[in-house]
Amino acid sequence: MFKNRFIKYLLGSCRDLAPIFAVVLIFQNLVIKQPLPDLANLIEGSLFLIIGLTLFVQGLELSLFPLGEDMAYDFARKGSLFWLVLFAFSLGFCAAIAEPALIAAAQQAAHIASQGHIIDSGDAAKADYALGLRVTVALSVGFALIVGVLRIIRGWPVYVPVFIGYLCVAVITPFAPKEIIGIAYDAGGIATSSITVPLVTALGVGLATAIKGRNPLTDGFGMVVFASQTPIVFVLAYGMAV
Amino acid sequence: MIDEMIRLMAALPEAARNIFPMIAAVADHLLHSGLIEGLINFALKLGETCRDVLPIAVTILGFQLLVIRRPIAHPRKILIGFASVLIGIVFFLKGLDMALFPLGDLMAAQLTTPEFIGVDPVAGKIDWRDYVWVYVFAASIGFTTALAEPSLLAVALRAEQISGGTIRAWGLRFSVALGVGFGIALGIFRLVTGEEFSLFIVAGYIMVMIQTRFAPKLILGLAYDSGAVTTSMVTVPMITALGLGLAKAIPGRDPLLDGFGLIAFAALFPVIAVLSYAQIAQWLNKADLLSKT
Repeated sequence: MFKNRFIKYLLGSCRDLAPIFAVVLIFQNLVIKQPLPDLANLIEGSLFLIIGLTLFVQGLELSLFPLGEDMAYDFARKGSLFWLVLFAFSLGFCAAIAEPALIAAAQQAAHIASQGHIIDSGDAAKADYALGLRVTVALSVGFALIVGVLRIIRGWPVYVPVFIGYLCVAVITPFAPKEIIGIAYDAGGIATSSITVPLVTALGVGLATAIKGRNPLTDGFGMVVFASQTPIVFVLAYGMAV
Repeated sequence: MIDEMIRLMAALPEAARNIFPMIAAVADHLLHSGLIEGLINFALKLGETCRDVLPIAVTILGFQLLVIRRPIAHPRKILIGFASVLIGIVFFLKGLDMALFPLGDLMAAQLTTPEFIGVDPVAGKIDWRDYVWVYVFAASIGFTTALAEPSLLAVALRAEQISGGTIRAWGLRFSVALGVGFGIALGIFRLVTGEEFSLFIVAGYIMVMIQTRFAPKLILGLAYDSGAVTTSMVTVPMITALGLGLAKAIPGRDPLLDGFGLIAFAALFPVIAVLSYAQIAQWLNKADLLSKT
């Protein structure tokens, strides 16, 4: 059973990477018309990527997703608002902290910031900056899930928090330092990738299923988008504070 | 018997003297071949990743045991799963550093060299139209990765269900992919021209707000989520590296100010594309119904 699944995930990660490599190879051969330099390193790195993605996805499917989804349904049915809100916040915060894309992007951002002399060029300063970014994003995702849970319980229309989010972003941007704007706007999309999206969707759909008068298909969605807006606002504020 | 033992004991120091240089030579070789260093590095990275994954493991298990108060089913499976996530992240991050980041950087550099675009940077001012291959490249990356994204397929099937077949799964995927491709290309246009970043995004927000007014209400949540869903673990690093590489390579741009921001475009424009698609599908459906009655 494990073997079959492993092969399935292995093919899956190859399929995820295939479009990128196909486009790069086509461009390299037809447009740039030059061989790829440093091919050995690229191939070795790609093997690491495939192994990494496969193990990561398989691990999530074995542990985090079934557990997390069950619990999202359990908490949604339990009916205790306090525990539900606490769970939603912890889930959002911890999922964002573990998000590999965010780890990588925060490192890149720290690297760029040190080159631009925003922070010291030492490794410690870079690590601090990257961790600060990630914790800010994680706090904002946790906050977004609290709002998302309240929205489903109270039955607010899905566009209300989204529009408020847009408004906050538009109002805060002019006051934020220029260097933080790009990374802040990106943070939202980066935070909502491999771990966060399935868990958050499970929480939303579970909650909408458990509450009478809510439709899981229509009310259950709309949570991920809010979790991708709050990081913009929080990171802009972080940039102003630092 | 005793004699033999004594003889063996006497030979031991001699043997040890012979073995130590061998061990030393092997250790020396390992150190220089980088294997030990690699292993130590791997262990360090594994430790760091433990710190990243521990919170979510503690949250899930803690809430399960203390609040829900239910024993954990299949503990062995879950342990294997968590270990596999940890090792997977370490390999993935290593692979990003070795393959995807350099690749994005390399493509950005190659597609912007004066020899490639055929403009002498000293003599002539470079126009944004000179970078046409950059737009095509970025749009193709965005389009193909979105089309192949497995989580988008799941969402698209849900949307078909919600709309009772008015919205087709493949149509939704196609429009999301178009949105991502167009979004990234527009983001790069902004990067090349150095226009105000927030202008584009706020214009996009306003567009979404207007469309929300007219789009079928049932599809709103899904449409909003579609943008965030497509920014996957593979797309994000590739696009980030491309943006940073372009900001480095294009004269007058600064990685610090212009390097980031492409993901925001890639996440916003699919929303607009899906809302447009939903609306067009609704119109077509109505026209269809009218023509039948």
